[in-house]
Amino acid sequence: MTGIKEKIRLIQKNIQIPLGKEIKLMEVCGTHTMSIAANGIHSLLPEGIRLISGPGCPVCVTSQKDIESALILARKDNVLITTFGDMIRVPSGKDRLENYKNVHIVYSPMESLDLAMENPEKEVVFMGVGFETTAPLIASTITEADKRKIENFSTLCLHKTIPAALELILSSKDSEIDGLILPGHVSAVTGSAYYDFLQDQKTPGVITGFDGLNIMESIYLLTRMILESKTNILNNYTTVVNKKGNTDAMELLDIVFEPSDADWRGIGVIPGSGLKIRDQYKQFDALEKFPMDPLHIEEPKGCLCGLILMGKVTPPECRHFGTSCTPLRPVGPCMVSSEGTCAAWYKYGRGDKNSDR
Amino acid sequence: MTDNITMTHGSGGRQMHNLIHDHLISRLQNGILEKLDDSARLQNANTDRLAMTTDSYVVSPLFFKGGDIGRLCVCGTVNDLATSGAEASYLSLAFILEEGFPLDDLKKIIDSIAETAKEADVKIVTGDTKVVEKGKGDGIYINTCGIGFIPDGVNLSTYNGAPGDLIAVTGSIGNHETALMLARNLLKFDTSISSDAAPLNKKISRLLKLTKGIKTVKDPTRGGLASALSEIAEHSNCEIILQEDKIPVDKDVQAVCELAGLDPLFLANEGKYVIVCDPSSADAITQVFPKAEFIGEITDKQPKGRLLIETVSGGLRKIGMLETAQLPRIC
Repeated sequence: MTGIKEKIRLIQKNIQIPLGKEIKLMEVCGTHTMSIAANGIHSLLPEGIRLISGPGCPVCVTSQKDIESALILARKDNVLITTFGDMIRVPSGKDRLENYKNVHIVYSPMESLDLAMENPEKEVVFMGVGFETTAPLIASTITEADKRKIENFSTLCLHKTIPAALELILSSKDSEIDGLILPGHVSAVTGSAYYDFLQDQKTPGVITGFDGLNIMESIYLLTRMILESKTNILNNYTTVVNKKGNTDAMELLDIVFEPSDADWRGIGVIPGSGLKIRDQYKQFDALEKFPMDPLHIEEPKGCLCGLILMGKVTPPECRHFGTSCTPLRPVGPCMVSSEGTCAAWYKYGRGDKNSDR
Repeated sequence: MTDNITMTHGSGGRQMHNLIHDHLISRLQNGILEKLDDSARLQNANTDRLAMTTDSYVVSPLFFKGGDIGRLCVCGTVNDLATSGAEASYLSLAFILEEGFPLDDLKKIIDSIAETAKEADVKIVTGDTKVVEKGKGDGIYINTCGIGFIPDGVNLSTYNGAPGDLIAVTGSIGNHETALMLARNLLKFDTSISSDAAPLNKKISRLLKLTKGIKTVKDPTRGGLASALSEIAEHSNCEIILQEDKIPVDKDVQAVCELAGLDPLFLANEGKYVIVCDPSSADAITQVFPKAEFIGEITDKQPKGRLLIETVSGGLRKIGMLETAQLPRIC
């Protein structure tokens, strides 16, 4: 264990920023946000580096409208909803999925199929959120349902993909992001070549694993590239990520889904940033089975989740943070999800002016 | 006699009499309880300092790997007494049974109570049994109250920590709550994790005889190690720094925590203590608790009253109190 600490100290000494210069790095993925906070990485970095959390928390980016759609389904007597855990606590107006007995938390979408077999008189709807990492699981659940001819299963498909969102953030006029800590799990599926499009954005990126040492290495690599004005995409997670990725998973994605527009919380609709179920499998699309027109639900007043997801403000700049918005009574999704930026800042004491020594 | 608890078991008549004689006294007799007086007459040890505590047990499920509600209701109360340095002497035992509760389960629970009381060397001297209608309870609830005597010269409290003191934990953390989650099928992993529920009063008595430098003994139950140490930091008005790589967590527990997104620092334990001591007491702690680890120390840094951790990466971060309950009814 001490070996790791020593290696990290060595890297720490080599991360040097010229006086007066500020470098802003965005960690795209929510798991990185948590790991950075849990490892106390901020306390190891020099003054001039700021880490900004990006849009890679699936719960956080799910729009108010999409949560309201899930609630419309949950209110139906003949529907059972299956979902990953954190989703049930996200407020929509005065309601949330947690309030409904027919909402089941699952660890794998496949559990929905068993539930559908056990409850033939009900429709089981899986709430599909997540990025390129989880989408293949849903795709294989859909093909499995097709194979087993399960007719009472469908998916509320809210999947999002990383490239379009990153492009939007980097190309927005007031973007100040100098470099990207790229997601490890997503890249394991997509392969490192997936990020070639970033070359156009003139922003370097490093694909990174999740332990403290790997994160510190990537921060070092990024600062070097930024100071030398290089814009390469490096892979610093070679034990898991290769150039091509998991081609089987990517093919499966392409068989079941097609690109579509997606509504991101606080950002709005980003063209081509979502996944829609292809016509061939439309019997598993909850939106086909239950056409819906959700009421417009206002985002909680003063909630800055959208700007936080774009990396434009930090949680303490939100007037709700730590006062009216806590993990016990969350106002916005960034405080609900364990991967959310606000939850990480709150839990690990960042934003508490006294937390740095 | 029927095989389930009925309302007449709590009516004060023949059936209640039989229940107490056949199933309680036969298992728990100790020279005092079987007198069945409305209050027990107790003998004072050679001290004028008395410690008293009470705790109710509503754990679900009643039986889990490594323990059951019976073992828990003895351990929890004698361990609470030991945090004041008291040697547990007497316990009261009160059951609230739900109509329909299987008698076999009750027998198993009383056997477990008897066995654990023997292990802890504590006498159950008075008790009560009530039955509530079906649907008004959840099988069985138990309350125990404990009395113990504090030896002269012993003065343990969460207010005693001072700069330079060491923080020890007597063994690996998180096992109890993880075992409960597995027992409730909230986590579906095939592991052998069992609860650490155990009475530790005799060990603490031995430790206090061996060394004078013990300042605080606290059981990290609900809220876990993090909450116990936050309280000590606040009460002692000092800063505590932990070393993450020194905190003992069993491999199985660590793996389950990583997969389920739980933090072992916040998981409940039922057979572990956090001890604050003068460095001169370290050897005595290791002697009594061979699996103890020294996980941190109290500093003289400002601001006071907070708990920090140096992570495995060497970074420093704050540990707060538990915000949302990870799991209800774990004890």
